[in-house]
Amino acid sequence: MSTTTAPLRAAPEAVSFTHAKLPRIAPVLVAVVAIAAAALPVLLVGWGLLAWAILSGVVFLVALPGWARVVEGRRGATDRLMTGLVWSACVVAIVPLVSLLWTVVERGAPAISSTFLTFSMYRTDLDQEVGIYHALIGTLLITLFAALISVPVGIMAAIYLIEYGKGTRLAGWITFLVDVMTGIPSIVAGLFAFSLFILIFGPSTRVGIGGSVALSLLMIPVVVRATEEMLRLVPADLREASYALGVPKWRTIVKVVLPTALGGIVTGVTLAIARVVGETAPLLLVAGLTTRTNFNVFDGRMTTLPVLIYTQNANPGIAETPGGTPPGIEIAWGGALVLIVIVMVLNLVARIIGKIFAPKTGR
Amino acid sequence: MATTVVAESTPRAKPRVGDLVFSRLALSAGIAILVALAGVFVFLTIEGVPGLTQPSSFYGSASTFAGYVAPLLFGTVLAAVIALVVAVPLAWGIALVVSHYAPKSVATPIAYVIDLLAAVPSVVFGLWGISVLARHLQPAYVWLDANMGWLPFFAGPASGTGRTILTAGLVLAIMILPIITAISREVFAQTPTLHEEAALALGATRWEMIRMAVFPYAKSGMVSAVMLGLGRALGETMAVAMVLSAGGGISFNLISSSNPASIASNIASNYKEGTPGKIQVLIATGLVLFLVTFLVNFAARWIVTRSERRLAR
Repeated sequence: MSTTTAPLRAAPEAVSFTHAKLPRIAPVLVAVVAIAAAALPVLLVGWGLLAWAILSGVVFLVALPGWARVVEGRRGATDRLMTGLVWSACVVAIVPLVSLLWTVVERGAPAISSTFLTFSMYRTDLDQEVGIYHALIGTLLITLFAALISVPVGIMAAIYLIEYGKGTRLAGWITFLVDVMTGIPSIVAGLFAFSLFILIFGPSTRVGIGGSVALSLLMIPVVVRATEEMLRLVPADLREASYALGVPKWRTIVKVVLPTALGGIVTGVTLAIARVVGETAPLLLVAGLTTRTNFNVFDGRMTTLPVLIYTQNANPGIAETPGGTPPGIEIAWGGALVLIVIVMVLNLVARIIGKIFAPKTGR
Repeated sequence: MATTVVAESTPRAKPRVGDLVFSRLALSAGIAILVALAGVFVFLTIEGVPGLTQPSSFYGSASTFAGYVAPLLFGTVLAAVIALVVAVPLAWGIALVVSHYAPKSVATPIAYVIDLLAAVPSVVFGLWGISVLARHLQPAYVWLDANMGWLPFFAGPASGTGRTILTAGLVLAIMILPIITAISREVFAQTPTLHEEAALALGATRWEMIRMAVFPYAKSGMVSAVMLGLGRALGETMAVAMVLSAGGGISFNLISSSNPASIASNIASNYKEGTPGKIQVLIATGLVLFLVTFLVNFAARWIVTRSERRLAR
């Protein structure tokens, strides 16, 4: 074979299937040079770390494609440039998150004390300690009642969509509108609950349950979507095996389908709670504001943690020492730290549950 | 399909009571969602329509509802557009890293960190926006005013606090980044591997492969991701209410403190001085916001559903 094809390859220089490429180490090399080159003006003018980082990035994004343009040609240079840009998008997006978490911990940690979590803002004399206990209770109760409304409705609606209404026009519309509902602004949900309650109970009504209604409007679509996806993963074999044993459809759903999908459903519900626990706008409108601890969602105003953060930041009061931090700002950051911890723990729990009860999809 | 056939062919005199009750319950839960959505519209209309024709003193410096809501609508759209301009390229970049550039051991943590960004409550974003972002951006605004003041966007005078519409738009950009990234990531990952490998086999570089195989395939998903992000940005309340110190009229000047509030943040900061008439005006603006976001979301979902159907064929 090789002897017969040999004459065809008379001029191997004419058609080349490879072309010059930069060495594999090129990006690292250029990065080091860029950081060093950027350090020079930064040191001379005396800019900060941020300027150094930005300048090195720019130098890198110019130098590497430039080198590639000379060695590899235009197409190679474009590829290098886009790779650099795409990666720098990641870095740029992570900077605010790190800055935010750092600021919250740095400024929130000094506010946390044993009285911060166990005292309310209601003071009987001026020297008394204040805390966010009332807001924690408010957040807990309002979110709990929101979950009590939205979890049954959400799960049953998902059961209808998957088990009963599959392929019908009504189910199609519900699926579509649930998707649209995901995008309802939270303030609109708040206005809805607000108009509902002032229409029924009079113009100055502010009750905790109103907040729960508004939040459940935001939770239901999340619960429906999560449950729907999980129910879809339950293998049809399981259902058919149950029918074959003569089990009615509803008992099949309750005893076979739901337990199989339970882990995913719990994960979805936890994520939905994590989403609404930080909601501010609807509660600001409907649940009002109070300094006292209120355990009754059906009567009287209730403060939640996000609303407390917002109002304390808006009306911080006067610092005890001139130039010091006003008390309201301190409480707001302390509250923000507690809120972030709650949300992160909920997310973590959701992920762990999801891992443990990963759906058993046949094989 | 097989399940229904089995169930129907079973000889049975009457449907069991349990089945009947349970299926009715499920159906009514589904209908309850439709009712709730309709309820939002109905109750906002009942309480909001009187707000359209209040005495002119309720509308501040404007004398009609249209004059009152127009600057707010402008502020809402302007902040959302700034957010989109910043967030969309970043989100697509991150989505590409996760789906095509990074090895799996790097991609998973990146995706996780971006999801973490979505979990941060908006009120904390607002707090951070005022005390960190606005303060650090203020010198930049002074510089922009001094050196690029000939552009109408940077006409100045630069705000002394940094709490401008540009800062608010940047905070919104960070907030809508996760949703755009999540959806784009999914559609990028769905590109058929054969298309990608065909492009690479023809000698395309990685970027050319993405431009020729991934983007055309993911186009409608990318558009709807942007529109869902737009819906979020239009309706976001607290971050804008806290960061932006709102001024009067319509202006494209991004770095002064003369920009109007957004509809949502205007409701949040004014509901307290609530005489019933004023509150009706606010609810009417909320109705406008609801209609705008509903249309945007409706269009986004419609594009997704249509393309899903096309791909399923």
